[in-house]
Amino acid sequence: MARLRSFGAFWYDFVIGDDWRGGAAVAAALVLTAVLVHSQGINAWWLLPASVLAALGWSLRHATARKP
Amino acid sequence: MNALPLFLTVFAACLVEAVEALTIVLAAGLTRQWRSTLQGMAVALVVLAGITAGIGPALTQVPLGALRLVVGGLLAAFGLQWLRKAILRFSGHKDRHDEASAYAREVAAAQAVAAGRRGVVSDWYAFTLAFKGVLLEGLEVVFIVITFGDTQRDLGVAALAAAVAVAVVTVTGVAVRAPLARVPENAMKFSVGVMLTAFGTFWGSQGAGARWPGGDAALLVLVPVIALVSLGYGVTLRRSRAAADAASPVPAVAPGSVPSAAVPPGEAVR
Repeated sequence: MARLRSFGAFWYDFVIGDDWRGGAAVAAALVLTAVLVHSQGINAWWLLPASVLAALGWSLRHATARKP
Repeated sequence: MNALPLFLTVFAACLVEAVEALTIVLAAGLTRQWRSTLQGMAVALVVLAGITAGIGPALTQVPLGALRLVVGGLLAAFGLQWLRKAILRFSGHKDRHDEASAYAREVAAAQAVAAGRRGVVSDWYAFTLAFKGVLLEGLEVVFIVITFGDTQRDLGVAALAAAVAVAVVTVTGVAVRAPLARVPENAMKFSVGVMLTAFGTFWGSQGAGARWPGGDAALLVLVPVIALVSLGYGVTLRRSRAAADAASPVPAVAPGSVPSAAVPPGEAVR
């Protein structure tokens, strides 16, 4: 169990890293893009890049916020 | 897509990782024992080659749309990590990766441990240090080679770029016998982060079913846009950091000059 947990922790750190915001934004934007394209017929090519750049700003803001 | 951007992106990413691996190998080899260090490095390279040979061709059987969706998402998340780290270092909110101080830490740690033999390995510490360093840095290389190579259906070019990068760093490392501290790692990390994020975004959107205006030519806009916005974030954070430091009675650490003691041992591996 401990080995499984450390294996999972390694891959989480490898792909997601220090901040989950980037990974979460990418996953959510991909799902939303697929929904818009396939069920609404909207060619939402702009959604993922906009989300990625917004998530980067969000993550940086969180990392540099000064604690009171 | 032309093979040149694929080659250059994989080459730059692998160069950064190879420089970091070289620091660990040199620390183990020069302070402990070269024979065990080279054994550890060789075993790690065999493991990495096995992973590439096993997973790489297998992924070419996956339909391109599904592959681009998954790989694009992973690459975009992975690229964001690199960008975030590079911007934080540029703006002084995180210590820069300094190969000289990373080397000094690894040497100090290596000198503090007694030699111990296990089987054909005469110095187990040197073996495991080199094995872990090369394997961990190499896994990132393998990830980039496989994702870029498979998505472009050109695994050969990606593998060649990685091999050339490793060869360049190895030859240079053997020639100077010192960590390659002059390599502008942070700038390279930023550039690679931009490319990984741009390609990940491009392929991810395609995999989700979207069609890019202009097809592959959209990358010519996407890459500079991501670079400029990221640079804008970096400059803004750097300025706000400088303003905060100027207003603070106790001087904070200047950009890129965080003392190495603030970095925990093992950080050199990342």
